[in-house]
Amino acid sequence: MPDVQALVNDFVLKLKRRKIEGSHASAQHTAELLRSVISHQRMPYTNQAGALIDAVKAVGEQLIAANPVELAVGNIVRRVLHIIREEDLSSTATAIEGLGLSAGSDDDDEGQHEDRPALSAAALAAAARSTLRAPSLQTLLEDIPDSAAAPQPPSSGGDSEGKSKSADKNIRSRKLKHDVIEAINELIQDIDTCHEQISEQAVEHIHQNEVILTLGRSRTVKEFLCAAKEKNRSFRVFVAEGAPRYQGHVLAKELVSKGIQTTVITDSAVFAMISRVNMVIVGAHAIMANGGVIAPVGINMVALAAQRHAVPFVVVAGSHKLCPLYPHNPEVLLNDLKCPSDLLDFGEFSDCMDFGSHGGSPLLHVVNPAFDYVPPKLVSLFITDTGGHNPSYMYRLIADYYSADDLVVKRRSTS
Amino acid sequence: MDVRRGQRTVIDPKVRQVGFVPAGATRPPARSHSVPTDACSSSPPAPELPLSGSSLSPVMIPPPRHSSADGLPSLSRSAASPVPIPASPLRRDTVQIPIGSYNPSESVLGSSPMISPSSRLDAVSEFSDEVPTSAWLGRSGSGKFASSFPSSSGEMMTMKITGGGSGGGGNTPKSSLTTASVVKALPGVSEKDRGALIEVQNEGISKPQKQKTSKAERRAIQEAQRAAKAAAKEAGEAVKPSASSGGALPASKQGKVVKPSSQKKDGPQVTAPVVPSEKKVGDRIPDKDRKKDVPHPRMQFDDKHRVEKAKRRAVVNQSEARNRVELFRHLPQYIHGTQLPDLESKFFQLDPMHPSVYKVGLQYLSGVISGGNARCIAMLLAFQEAIKDYSTPPEKALVRDLTAKISSYVSFLIECRPLSISMGNAIKFLKNRIAKLPHTLSESEAKSSLQSDIDRFINEKIVIADKVIVGHAVTKIRDGDILLTYGSSSVVEMILLYAHELGKQFRVVLVDSRPKLEGQALLHRLVAKGLNCTYTHINAISYVMQEVTRVFLGASSVLSNGTVYSRVGTACVAMVANAFQIPVLICCEAYKFHERVQLDSICSNELGDPDVISKVAGRNDLNHLESWADNENLQLLNLIYDATPSDYVSMIITDYGMIPPTSVPVIVREYRREHLWI
Repeated sequence: MPDVQALVNDFVLKLKRRKIEGSHASAQHTAELLRSVISHQRMPYTNQAGALIDAVKAVGEQLIAANPVELAVGNIVRRVLHIIREEDLSSTATAIEGLGLSAGSDDDDEGQHEDRPALSAAALAAAARSTLRAPSLQTLLEDIPDSAAAPQPPSSGGDSEGKSKSADKNIRSRKLKHDVIEAINELIQDIDTCHEQISEQAVEHIHQNEVILTLGRSRTVKEFLCAAKEKNRSFRVFVAEGAPRYQGHVLAKELVSKGIQTTVITDSAVFAMISRVNMVIVGAHAIMANGGVIAPVGINMVALAAQRHAVPFVVVAGSHKLCPLYPHNPEVLLNDLKCPSDLLDFGEFSDCMDFGSHGGSPLLHVVNPAFDYVPPKLVSLFITDTGGHNPSYMYRLIADYYSADDLVVKRRSTS
Repeated sequence: MDVRRGQRTVIDPKVRQVGFVPAGATRPPARSHSVPTDACSSSPPAPELPLSGSSLSPVMIPPPRHSSADGLPSLSRSAASPVPIPASPLRRDTVQIPIGSYNPSESVLGSSPMISPSSRLDAVSEFSDEVPTSAWLGRSGSGKFASSFPSSSGEMMTMKITGGGSGGGGNTPKSSLTTASVVKALPGVSEKDRGALIEVQNEGISKPQKQKTSKAERRAIQEAQRAAKAAAKEAGEAVKPSASSGGALPASKQGKVVKPSSQKKDGPQVTAPVVPSEKKVGDRIPDKDRKKDVPHPRMQFDDKHRVEKAKRRAVVNQSEARNRVELFRHLPQYIHGTQLPDLESKFFQLDPMHPSVYKVGLQYLSGVISGGNARCIAMLLAFQEAIKDYSTPPEKALVRDLTAKISSYVSFLIECRPLSISMGNAIKFLKNRIAKLPHTLSESEAKSSLQSDIDRFINEKIVIADKVIVGHAVTKIRDGDILLTYGSSSVVEMILLYAHELGKQFRVVLVDSRPKLEGQALLHRLVAKGLNCTYTHINAISYVMQEVTRVFLGASSVLSNGTVYSRVGTACVAMVANAFQIPVLICCEAYKFHERVQLDSICSNELGDPDVISKVAGRNDLNHLESWADNENLQLLNLIYDATPSDYVSMIITDYGMIPPTSVPVIVREYRREHLWI
C-alpha cells in the first residue's frame, strides 16, 4: 500500500516540522490517516484484528515519534486500537454465541474448547460493558504475542476455532473492517463536534454578571463562552494575551464580535486582576491520567493565582485530549522549546547567543517553552464532552476510551 | 489612636510586664509603691532610667540602628552610641536633669495617678510603644531620651539635628542637650518654671505635653488619658483619633475633645516665649505628622465633580481614553502621546512652570525617565534648579510662596504622570524642609540650605541606601546560584553587577513582560558586563523557576502591611517562586516605604497607555486589535503596578538591614520622622 505509506510519511513530516499543531487538528488528521490505513489494509483470513492492530501500531509508532509532545496523536492511535479491539470483541462474542449454540450438538473434542470461549465471551461481554481491561482478551488475539500481555494458557483454542470456522470468519472479516471504519468515522465526528457538546454545558457554569478570565486562545473556550452569550447571559471576560503567541488578541476579537464584554490584559496583570474574577476558564493541550493538565505556557501561573484567590479553575477539553499516560517531569519532558526569536530580536543579541564565543557556551540563553504543566490539585473542574469531572476521576474516564494493552504503542520487538 | 490605646489596656499588662521585669526587679519598692512615690524613686537614682530603657529595648528592632549607622549620617551614629554605654558621665548628667523638673509635675500628677494605680505597670512600659507620645512628652531633655531611646532612636536623632528644640520643653533651657553642665546648674529654675507651667495646665489649657516625662509622669498621663477616654466613651462623645498624640492631660476631667485643638496650638504657644521659632516648628511637626499618619484619600477619578474641577486647573489637556475598564474608573486614563506636542509648543509660554520642571514633566510623559529612583532624582534635581532660580516676590514670605510654587510644580508633574510613592515621600521631605526654614535666614541662605538638603536626600536616601542594600544583598548570593529577577530594577542590577565584580559564579534568569520589555535593556547591560543570562517571558516563569535558587525583585514601594507595590507582574513572579519554595528577596530603599496599606492591585494603581497592548513589537501579523477603540465591547487594560501579598515575600532588603515584611510598619513608624528631617 504505497499510497498509504506516502500519506503517513507526509503527515510525519508535517508533525515533525510542526506544520500541524494543536491537538484538535492533529487528532483529526491522525484519525483520518488511520482510517485510510485500515481501509487499505489487506485482511488475512486469520486473526484480522491482530493484523489491523499491527498495522495501526506500526503507523502510530511513527506518528508518535514524529512529535511526542503532541499527545493527541498518541491518544487517537490508542483510541483506534481500542476501537479495533472492541469491534473484534463484539463480533467474536456474537460469533461465539452462535458457535456455542451450534457446538452443543458437536463432537466431544470441540467440547472442551467451546466451553472456554463461551465462558470468556461472557466475561468479555461484561468487560466490554464495563470497558475495563478484559483479562482474557488475549485468547482471541493470541496471534499477537503482545509483550505487555500476560501469558495466556489456552493458545490452541482460537487457532482450531479459526481453522474450523474459516468461512464464518470471512464474513466476519469484512464486517470487522467495516465496523472499525464506521467507528473511526464516529470518532472523527466526535472530535469535530466535541465543542458543541462542551459548550452545551456553558449555561450551567456561567452566570449573569460573572467575570471570567482566560489566557491565550482555545477554540473550546471560545465556543464555550459564545454559547453562554447566545443564551443571553451577560458577562465579562478578561483575556490575557498569552505571550509569546498572543493568541489572546484573536480570542478577544472573536468574543467582541459576538458582543461579549472583553478586556485584554497583559499576562503580567493576571495576578492583579484575579481578585475580581469569578472563574478561570482555559483550554488544554492534553489532560493526563492523573488529572494534570498540559496547557499553553502561562496557565500554571494563572492556576496558582486562582488557587490563591479561591477562584474556580475550569479546564474545558474534548475527550481526544485525554491522555492515558501518567506524567513524569512533564514540565521538561512534555514540553517544546520554541524559537527564541519570539522573544528577542535575533539581530540585537546574535553575538551573545553565539556558541562560538565564550568557550563554546553562549552567555545568553533564551527560554521559550510552549507548554505548562498544571498539577491536578490546582484544577477545580474538567468539562469534557461527557460532562464535568473531577481531576481525580480522569483515570476512570480514560479507561472508557483506551484499552490497557495499548498504553505503550509499540510493535513487538521481533518484527 | 484612642481606639488603639483602648485596646491595649486589655492586652498590655500580660505582655509588657514580662518585658519590664528586670527593671522592676532592681527596685522592688518602687513597684509596690503608689505611683507618685514610684516617680520620686525613679528620679533620684540616675542609672535607673537607662536600665528601664534597656529592658524595653526588645520592643525595638536592633538591626536598623546599625544599618542606619553605616548607611546614614554620622549624626545618627552619634545619637545612637550613648545608649549601650549607660555609664557615660555626660549622660549621667543629662539623666539627672529631669530630676528637678520631675518633682513638680509629679505633684500635679499625683492627683490623677491615683485613679488607677493598677494600670501603672503597663503605663510605664507602654511608653516604649507610644513613640509619639513619649517623644512629645520627652522634650524635657536627653535624660528622657536615654530612657526611651530604644524605642525612638529615629526621633532622637532628629531632635538632635534640630538642635536645642528638643531640649526646649517649655522651660528647661534649650541647651540641655548640648551642654550638660548648664543644665545641671538649672534644675531649680526649671523646677520653678514647671510649677508655673502646671498651674497653667490646671487652669484648663493643656500645656501638658510640654511636661518632662519621668516614668511616673507618663504613667500618670496615660492613666489620665484612659480615664478621660473612659469618660468620653461613657459620654458617647466622638473622640478624635489624633487626640491622644499629645497625650498628657493630667486634668482628666477635661474631655478628650478639648485636647486636640488645645494641643495643637499649645505646642507653639508654650515654646514661643522661650525658644526661637525654629524650634517651635520643629516641635510641632511630630505632632502634626502623627495626624497625617492616615494618608489622605487619593483623588478618585470616577468622582465627576472633582475631575471637572481638576481639569479646569490642569496645565496639560489630556483627552480621556475611550473604552475605559469598568473596574478602573477611579483611576485616570488618558490617550497618551496626544498632549506631548501640545505641551512642547507651550514650553515658552508656561509662565509659572520652571523650565527644568517642565522638562522633567515631559520626560515623564514620554516615558524617557521611568523607574522609581530615576523619577525621584529627576524631580528633585528639577526642584533644585527651580529653587536656585527662585526669588521671593515682594511682600511674600519665602516659606509660603515657595511651598505654593512647589505644589504647583508637583501638580503639573502629576498631570504628566501620577506620582510614585517614592516621589511623594521626597516631596513631603522637601516641603518639610521649606516649612522648617528659620525665618532668620536670608533668602539666599535659605535657598542654598534647601539645595543642599535636596542633595543630601538624594545622596543619603537613594545613592548610599542603594550601596547599603547592595552590600546586604550580595551576602545572599553564593557560588552556583541561579538568580531570577523580573523587569529592570536599578538596585537589583547593581546587586548583580557587584556580585559579578566580586567574582561570584552565578547565572541570572531575566524574566520580562510586555508591553514595556524593560528586561531587554537590562539584558543588554548585563550581557555586556559578561554575566551569564537566561532570558524569558513571564508566562514561562513556571518553567524557569524550577532551577532558580533565589529571586531578587525591585519595588516601587513597600506598604505598611508588608504589601510590595511594584511593577506589574512582580506578584506573579513572587507567587510562582513561593509555590516552588524559592526565597523572594525584595530590594527597596527605605524612603520608598509608606504607611498606606493596600490589599489588592485595583484600589490604587496606574493605567498606562492601552494602545501599546494592541501592538506587539516585531509582530506585524498581530493586528487583530488594531481598531479596538471603535468597539465599545473591547477594552484594553495596561496596568502599571501590582501588589504582592506579604506572605510571598521572604525578606525585604533595605538600607536599614534585612527585615521580614512584618517589620515594615516598624521601619515606617520609627524612621518616618527621620525621613523628613535628615
